[in-house]
Order: sequence, then C-alpha cells, then structure tokens
Amino acid sequence: MTIEQPRYKTSEEVDFVIIGSGAAGGILAKELSTNGFRVVVLEQGPYLTEADFTHNEIEILVQDKLTNHPKLQPTTFRKTPNEKAKPQRAVMYGRCVGGTSVHFTANFWRFHEIDFIERSKIGPISGTTFADWPITYAELEPYYTKVEWEIGVSGLAGASPFDPPRSKPYPMPPLPVKSSGVIFERAARKLGWHPFPAPMAINSQARAGRSACVNCGFCLGFGCEVGAKSSSLATAIRMAEKTGRCEIRPNSYVHRIETDANGRAVGAAYFDEKRDTHLQKAKAVVVCANGAETPRLLLLSANKQFPDGLANSSGYVGKNLMLNSGGSVFGQFEHPLNDYKGFAVSRIFHDFYELDHDTVGFYGGGGLDARFDFTPISFAFGGLPPGTPGWGKDFKAALAQNFNRTMEIFCHGTSLPVENNSFSLDPELKDAWGLPALRLTYKDHPDDLKLSNWMYARAHELYEAAGSNKHWGFPAAEAQFAVHLLGTCRMGNDPKTSVINSDHRTHDVGNLFLCDGSSLVTSGRGQPTMTIEALAFRAADRITALAKRGEISA
Amino acid sequence: MNDLNRRNFLLRAGTGFTAAWVSANWPALLSAATHAHRAAKATPPPKFEFFTPDEATEVEAITARILPTDDTPGAREAGVVYFIDRGLTTFAADNQKTYREGLAELQARVSEMFPSVSKFSGLSTERQDEVLHSLDESSVAGRPSFREWPGAQNFFGTLQQHTIQGFLVDPDSGGNHDGVGWKVIGREREHMFQAPFGYYDKDYPGWQPAAKEAEKK
Repeated sequence: MTIEQPRYKTSEEVDFVIIGSGAAGGILAKELSTNGFRVVVLEQGPYLTEADFTHNEIEILVQDKLTNHPKLQPTTFRKTPNEKAKPQRAVMYGRCVGGTSVHFTANFWRFHEIDFIERSKIGPISGTTFADWPITYAELEPYYTKVEWEIGVSGLAGASPFDPPRSKPYPMPPLPVKSSGVIFERAARKLGWHPFPAPMAINSQARAGRSACVNCGFCLGFGCEVGAKSSSLATAIRMAEKTGRCEIRPNSYVHRIETDANGRAVGAAYFDEKRDTHLQKAKAVVVCANGAETPRLLLLSANKQFPDGLANSSGYVGKNLMLNSGGSVFGQFEHPLNDYKGFAVSRIFHDFYELDHDTVGFYGGGGLDARFDFTPISFAFGGLPPGTPGWGKDFKAALAQNFNRTMEIFCHGTSLPVENNSFSLDPELKDAWGLPALRLTYKDHPDDLKLSNWMYARAHELYEAAGSNKHWGFPAAEAQFAVHLLGTCRMGNDPKTSVINSDHRTHDVGNLFLCDGSSLVTSGRGQPTMTIEALAFRAADRITALAKRGEISA
Repeated sequence: MNDLNRRNFLLRAGTGFTAAWVSANWPALLSAATHAHRAAKATPPPKFEFFTPDEATEVEAITARILPTDDTPGAREAGVVYFIDRGLTTFAADNQKTYREGLAELQARVSEMFPSVSKFSGLSTERQDEVLHSLDESSVAGRPSFREWPGAQNFFGTLQQHTIQGFLVDPDSGGNHDGVGWKVIGREREHMFQAPFGYYDKDYPGWQPAAKEAEKK
C-alpha cells in the first residue's frame, strides 16, 4: 500500500518542519497536517514497514537495523563533569520512521496527579533541580484519552485503585494474561497489593485497520510484522500521510537549525542519504528528536547570536537528564510458563507509586510489572541465573531448563533531576558525518539507587509468596546506558530554569518548539511514552492556536 | 528452509482460530507468512565462503564443546559452523582477523598442552575442554546489565557468542538448522500463538477486582 505524499521543495517555506518521526513527531505530524498545515518530517533513519520486520535477532541486536548504530554514531560516557568521557555505547533509541515507538515494550501508563506537583508537596531535595510542571494532570487528561483512542491502547479502566481520574474507558479490553501475569497477580494479592491488567499500546482486537496482536513473541526490540503494536509508524504517520499535506522524508539527518538576523528559525539543515546537505525552509521548526538528539541538535546549532547553543539562555539544554531507575528481578518456576509467547507485560501494580519518605528514608516511587521480554539469543546472554557456566553441557541444560520456566519482575521507578546529569557534545569524538558525538554524563542520585533496591526486595518477596523454585537479581548499579531520555529541555514558566514554556515554545526563539522526552519536568514512575504522546497531542493544539492567531510568523 | 513452516502457520490459522478472527487478521497473516517464506528461500546452500575445510573442522569441533550433542542436538546438528562462516562475510566481517589469529593461537595452545596431537579436533572431548578453559576469560552467564549486548571479546568469547547465536537464531534467518536449537530450549516454532500460553494461565478464570475494591463499589 503506497500513500501519495506531497513532495515539497526545500526552498519552499512550509508551515512546519518536524525533526524526528517517533512517539512525539508522528503525532505532531498527524495533528498539524490534519489542521491544514503543510508539514515536512525529517527522519534520520530509513522508512521501513511491516514487510521489512523479521524475527531475526542478528539484524536487531547485532546489526542495529532499527536503532542508532554505535559505529556510525559513537557515544561517550563519564560519571561527572570533571572526567574525560570514554567511548562506549551509552544510548539506544529507534532510528527509523516511527522512532523508538517501533521497537518499544508498549507499556502505556498515564502519569498520576502527583507527578506534576510533587515538588510543592514534598519540598526541595538537595542536589537536585526537582520542580513542578507548569501544567497539571487535569490539563493533560483529555490528551491521554486521545492517545488511548486515536493511537490505540488496551486496558481495563478502574482496575487499579491508584489510577488517576479518566474521562473515558479504554477503547480495547486488556491483552490476554500470561503465566507470568497470573503468578504475579496471585502472589501480589496474597501480599495485600493491587495488581491489574497492564495498559499496553498493542491491539487486543482488530481495530482501525490494524490487526490484533498475534502473540508472535518478538516484541521488545522488534518491529511488529502485523501492525498490532501502536507505534507512530503504524498509526500517526499513516494518518498524517492521508491528509495529503505531510511529507515524510527519511534518511534525512538534521545537523543544524538555521536562524536569521532576528534570531528566528528559518529551517533545518540536513544530510541526505548521499550526505549532500540541504536546508528545508519552514515558518516554524518543531524538534522531536528525543531527549538525547534534541539537546544535541540545539548545541550543534550554536552561532554568533546563540554562542551556547540555540534556546540555551538558561544553560539547561541537555541538563537534568533522567533515565528512570530500576531493573529486572528473575524468578524460575516448576512448570513451563512459555512466557516467550506474546507481548512482554500482562500485569502490573502501583501500590508503591508514592512511597512515604519518612517511612522508607528516601524519595521515590514506582510500579512493578510481570514480564518476559527476552528472545532466545538475548535470553542465553542475559536470562540465566548467576553462576551458570557460559558454555558446555551444563550451559545447554540450563537453557533447556530455564527458557520457558523463567519470568521477570521489572521494577520501574523515579529518577531525580540532577543538573550535572546530561547530554552534551563530546569535544573530541566525531560521528560518521564529522559532527561531535553525544556525550552522556550520569551519576544516579543516591535516592534513585535506594529506591531500586527497595523495589527489588519487594519483587523477591513476591517470588517467595509465589513459591518460585528460585529467584535472583542484582543490586542497583549506577547507570551507564540510557534508554529513557527525559528532562533535557524541560518545560517551565521561568526562562532561567527551563528551556520551553507550557506551549512547548522555546523561551528564546519564538518559532522553535520542542516536544519529546526532553520536555518532561519529572520522570514519572518509569513509563514515559504515554506522557510524551499526550504532550504531543496537547502541543499540537497549542501550536495550532498560536499559528491561527498569527503569533508564530514574524 | 522449506515450506513446512509456512504451511503449518497457515494451517494453524485456518484451524485454530475462528473464521471471523482469521478474516479480520487475514492481511496480517498473509504478510507474515509471505515474509517467512521469503526468508526461508534466502537460506544459502551449505558451502564455506570464509573458512578453509580444515578451519571449518576446527571451528565446528569448538562449537560442539560450547553446545555439545548429548541426548538432544547440539551446535553440530544446528549447522552452527555454516552460520558462523556466512556471518564472517556479512554481519561479523569485522571478526575475520579475530578468527584467523584465534585459530592460530588455538593451534599453538594445543601443541603446547598436548605435543603429541596436531589438531584440536583430534583431541578427546575432555582435553578439548581443557584447552578451551585455558582460552576462556569469562565463562559465567547471567549478566547484571540490562539488555547490554556483550561487547568486544577475545577469540573464544567471540566464538562463544557466535555459536549461541547460530544455535538460537530464528531458523528462517540463516542458522539454527531445522530449528533444533529451539527444540532444545522448548520454544515452539510458530509465527503466532493463542492464549493460554503456559501452565499457570491455563485455568485462569478472568480478571476479578480484589475483594476490597469490590466492596468500595
């Protein structure tokens, strides 16, 4: 199925150029083109579709078919700003049309009221830039509902006593329960907790021209062959294309936003597939390149007028990075769970969403889920109990014994915003296009590590209650690898301590908007994509209103 | 590989599901099946492109110690050496030097440890394991890092990774011959599944609110 797209000339000043086609970029493209605007989406990765997706773990895990490639785009890492960063794989994100939403797990939790106002409730936390959002849950609620209905989320309204208010039920019932989910649900109830069917951005029934999930088992990390996963690729991008006003231009790697003498953005400069450069002109620029590449692009766009990078008068571009704390605790059971079948997660609970600081002795909260997100090869490398030999007869026997009898409890939690935790430009290392590489600086706030260990202990309790054969995990370690990329161009009313206002407009450049994980002020409890998409729907409304009032064009 | 997988897949689609479900999902089924078929046809003939026949014998002997044949098939039956050979001219081309140098190092190690035998493949399995242990820098599975793919390795570490990959990769993707690796770990070779999936969910009565929430309402 090919959809006729307009082909805009780069010299033609379109209404909006959107950089990035992922969770946020896809929705902004759909909304703005639906609202009558001419839109060009520049995506650095290729335009793959369902027919290109396979169950081939080599392509996905070794060759990075869907993700940023460490050879083309090397990265560096250091813990603190006074160290020299070392080259290592430090960040992973989707690099294809649809972005990270193509390969995500599809956990679609809403944030709760508390996530937006927690700083006011509990006061400052030392060593952090912890802040309230300039918007509340109530303002975002209609847009969460929009995500659920227009993008497609399966779930059961009212199933969790901790859920925030909602205006509408889910459009689809929950996905089927897995053995991991049943074990989790029964044990959690025994312990007095409140498990419920996980809200997932995966079709539980055929809907809106897309298939129901066929439970193929190649979900996290993989593109969905049947379009059941509600990625931007399978949903918003196709809706944008149907308007006839939106051009998706893949293999277009934006390296600079150009500004004029008045300090206004005039368009986006990018490399095409042959590494020729072009400048796509636009009345306004919307950057949705993710919480690593959005700040990097602003820093790469420094010029005489904006010597510290575009929209960086606060000095906060790239800073206050939050990765979400947590990790997996493993359990092994007597009978086959066959949890390799299906999507990853079927049950979660939110009893620990808001822990009492005075009781536990640290800030934070989170959610636990029951999952199995391994595929056969990744399981052989990461799913066996510690101490298992890495080869030979006993290794093979452990694979045979454990593969279909193992599950995970993933503990998802808060990360505090710490100013030094950041993405910046590496002063030495360059990518394959000769541009400064991404440098990750990160040292977990001590409370984030305490929270992880506290939640791991609850997961072990749950396995005890479930009567598992054995269960194991690892103490929380300081992060050196970033997947959730949050807070690096955060939203706020004060231009001194934030990069964008509540309309997603940068404080410094009137026709430059940012919307993606970088916009988040707090990290939520581990599942950011639902909120990124709700923000994108809301941003589209705000930007449309500004444009219609003539407040974007100079 | 062959049409069997595709046929099973379609048969299952025809018999295991309601007609309405099949019709609602037909485009998706067809696309997945065609896809599997295309991938199956792309499987190359078993012919070495990188290894010499002697090298292939040595490499195969090592893979057979990493995933040995016992009462179930191992790396030999999965044709892992062919997967690695093809890998070394495609996705693992960067490792060519590691293999060439590693095989020479292996030869030297064998001569040093067992001067009377000329080749690794000529040793008893016990002695082969002794040689491999001497080359192995980290032989413990179960890594603490979340989804972190193992990084750069020495020869044995690289071969260990490639052997596991060739044993467990999707059989339609050029390794895991006849799906034997998946048989060993108990993964059914289907393109789609339907609940119930396992032992613990087969009698699940359906989600019910906990007693407390029910009372609230």
